Amino acid sequence: MRLDRRLVLAIAVIGLATLIWLLLTIGLIASTLEAEQRALIAEQLAPRLVLIGLTWLFGLFVIATTLRWLFRRYASAPARLLEQTQVLLAASKAAPMNHKGTRETQALAQSIFQLASQRDELRQDMAAQIAQASQSVQQEKNRLAALMAELTQSVVVCNLDGRILLYNNRARLQFKALSQTPTLADGAELIGIGRSIYAVFDRQLVAHALESIQQRLSRGAGNPSAQFVTTTQAGQLLKVQMAPVRDTAGAGNDVTGFVLMLDNVTRAFEEEHLRDQLLHALTEGSRASLANIQAAVDMLAYPDLDDAMRERFLGVVREELGSMSQRLKDMTAREAQGLKARWPMEEILGADVLLAAKRRIEGRSKRSVTLDNPDASIWMRVDSFSLTQALDYLALRLVDEFDIKFFRLRLQRQGNRAQLDLIWSGQAMSTETVMSWEMDAMRFGAESTPLTVRDVVERHGGEMWFERERVRHEAFFRFLLPLVGEQDQFEAAQLELGEGRPEFYDFDLFQSTDQTQALEDRLLAELTYTVFDTETTGLNPSEGDQIIQIGATRCVNGKVLRHESFEQLVDPGRLIPAATIPIHGITQDMVQGKPRIAEVLPSFHAFASDTVLVAHNAAFDMRFLQLQEKATGVVFSQPVLDTLLLSAVVHPNQESHRLEAIAERFNITVLGRHTALGDALVTAEVWLRLIPLLQEMGITTLRQAREAAQKTYFARLKY
Amino acid sequence: MSPSILVADDEPNIVISLEYLLKREGYRVLIARDGQEALDTIRREQPDLVLLDVMMPKKTGFEVCQEVRSHETLQSTRILMLTAKGRDTDVAKGLALGADAYMTKPFATRELVEKVAEILGRKA
Repeated sequence: MRLDRRLVLAIAVIGLATLIWLLLTIGLIASTLEAEQRALIAEQLAPRLVLIGLTWLFGLFVIATTLRWLFRRYASAPARLLEQTQVLLAASKAAPMNHKGTRETQALAQSIFQLASQRDELRQDMAAQIAQASQSVQQEKNRLAALMAELTQSVVVCNLDGRILLYNNRARLQFKALSQTPTLADGAELIGIGRSIYAVFDRQLVAHALESIQQRLSRGAGNPSAQFVTTTQAGQLLKVQMAPVRDTAGAGNDVTGFVLMLDNVTRAFEEEHLRDQLLHALTEGSRASLANIQAAVDMLAYPDLDDAMRERFLGVVREELGSMSQRLKDMTAREAQGLKARWPMEEILGADVLLAAKRRIEGRSKRSVTLDNPDASIWMRVDSFSLTQALDYLALRLVDEFDIKFFRLRLQRQGNRAQLDLIWSGQAMSTETVMSWEMDAMRFGAESTPLTVRDVVERHGGEMWFERERVRHEAFFRFLLPLVGEQDQFEAAQLELGEGRPEFYDFDLFQSTDQTQALEDRLLAELTYTVFDTETTGLNPSEGDQIIQIGATRCVNGKVLRHESFEQLVDPGRLIPAATIPIHGITQDMVQGKPRIAEVLPSFHAFASDTVLVAHNAAFDMRFLQLQEKATGVVFSQPVLDTLLLSAVVHPNQESHRLEAIAERFNITVLGRHTALGDALVTAEVWLRLIPLLQEMGITTLRQAREAAQKTYFARLKY
Repeated sequence: MSPSILVADDEPNIVISLEYLLKREGYRVLIARDGQEALDTIRREQPDLVLLDVMMPKKTGFEVCQEVRSHETLQSTRILMLTAKGRDTDVAKGLALGADAYMTKPFATRELVEKVAEILGRKA
């Protein structure tokens, strides 16, 4: 049994005190006695001194035992309680203390446990609140993303440095049209989370607009916005509206970023221009002709005109009339081609219009409608609501007045127009009757519109008529409607695809600002990465092996941006060895007609600009890229990180650092391995998981990561 | 001697009527088919009045007008611009460059005759 030092000290002090007390008592008694009495007592006591010492020792023992009992009861219980409390402090959840002590310490233990329980409740409460708040924030973000995705207006949100925080699908398509190599990088080299908007717009232009907004804000304007029109490198005309993003939490008027709404006005501008030209030709061209006619007619009015002169003036009138008619005819033709109706039209797949009309007619008239194998490649620019209404109305009249049982809908391409037929068979009817319907306001029972079928047709700048096919005992109404131009058709089809809800935003970038410090000293978690992989014809670039595919994706703010990927097959200009085909799955046929590496590298370079390159076994891919430097003049001077080496830094005791093995360790689902993009995506996921592990080891900056990787590299070489 | 008038227009269909009309009114009529020819004729013949079309080949009416006004010796030449351009900016430009009057096509010949008489009468 270990004795407490404080206890020993206490006993020693008591022993000393009793000894002093004894000696004092003896001394005091002795001082009151005569000399003989003193000698007598000393004589009597001397032989019994041992007995006195023994009683002192016994007394001391009794006191010590009592003290020790008291000490254990009252001093060590709090110490135990302290230890138990410390356990409680560290525990994430409080367990009841099994404390044995005095009544007081037991009560204390109970109170401490209650306090700890209260703490746990608070913690839980807080956690629930945080979860709820972050859920609602997430919900709001999702809603915003959904809204953005559905908008047909292009929207780009940037922070003050011009870094893109958000963009929507429409903006992506628009930027694709602006890209100088639209088929290669898909416009992803221009638009992307974290990319600079100044790659597209002149920095001065944006700065000027921002300045004018800030001026108006400082004057107290409520919702200032600025507008500018600019031409892009690809020759497109963009109308840009800018609105500020304000820091509502702060003092109020701090601009933290800006929203850009883009409108490609190239076509509208061309239409406007054409309209102007037409108007101009009509007024000025006609003025001259009218002047000539009027002057000639005035001359003809003179009674003394001789026949020869009369004939010449009449000739002038005839000629000018002829040229005016011709001018009008030309203009009508040009107008029909170039000028579209002003009503806002939607671009819609023809088959969808037919389906909507079929449902509407079947729902109302209870007649069966069949679709004549519609051409799935026809896109129309129509107001689909009023168009289906018109079809429905005509079918209704046919049912009501001629008891038609079956209808067919047919859609064909006819020159540069779509030809939509509503067909039926049955008794003959007069053209006048059915064509008079087009002038009636459309009524459906109680529901009526002021619109007529003719209005609908004119709204589309189209035409409609009634025709009979006597041989087949059929009749039909034929609508001629506008088709969607090729470029628009592409855009419309892209919008239609809308693969889920892409991650087109990252508001956390609002906080980040352009760092003045060197790239080397920036935090790994803050950098933007281009993670890439190449497939090649073999392993020896110096012996003529070539890149046949490049795949890449971007990592920004701890997220893989799958929607901002780069994937391109490359014609290697040589045969792909049959033995390698099972590895990468790329055959000679697949690279036929694909661009050569000299065309692809500038695009990839633009895609990777301003980022850190990441690859698995990067040295291999970089060698292929570097060997092209001389031929293409494209130099990849960005810093490069290698996930293979960094995995070795983090897990030095693991045997394998192959991509599959690492992915398995990190529990990453692998999809589409062994395509360049598939591997790049896996590498990106691996890299994102390596960053926090490196941080734990104190490797937080780019410089540190590169140094650490270099060390393992040398270590492995020596091995 | 009756006043001389130069008709400068590249459209024969208006020239024929103007020539007939002005001859009937008793003027001496000269014809030019483009801007250069108009300028040459003005220098050579020094007509009292020029009916000047704006849109002409080689030199536009504006250019002819400007050159005439820059010549000391041609200051007395009156200029009446005839044009299919109906915009007020064109009228302003024509008058600023030194035209005495401006008529927009189409016009009534009677008005033209009155205008011509007014310009020449004022001079006389």
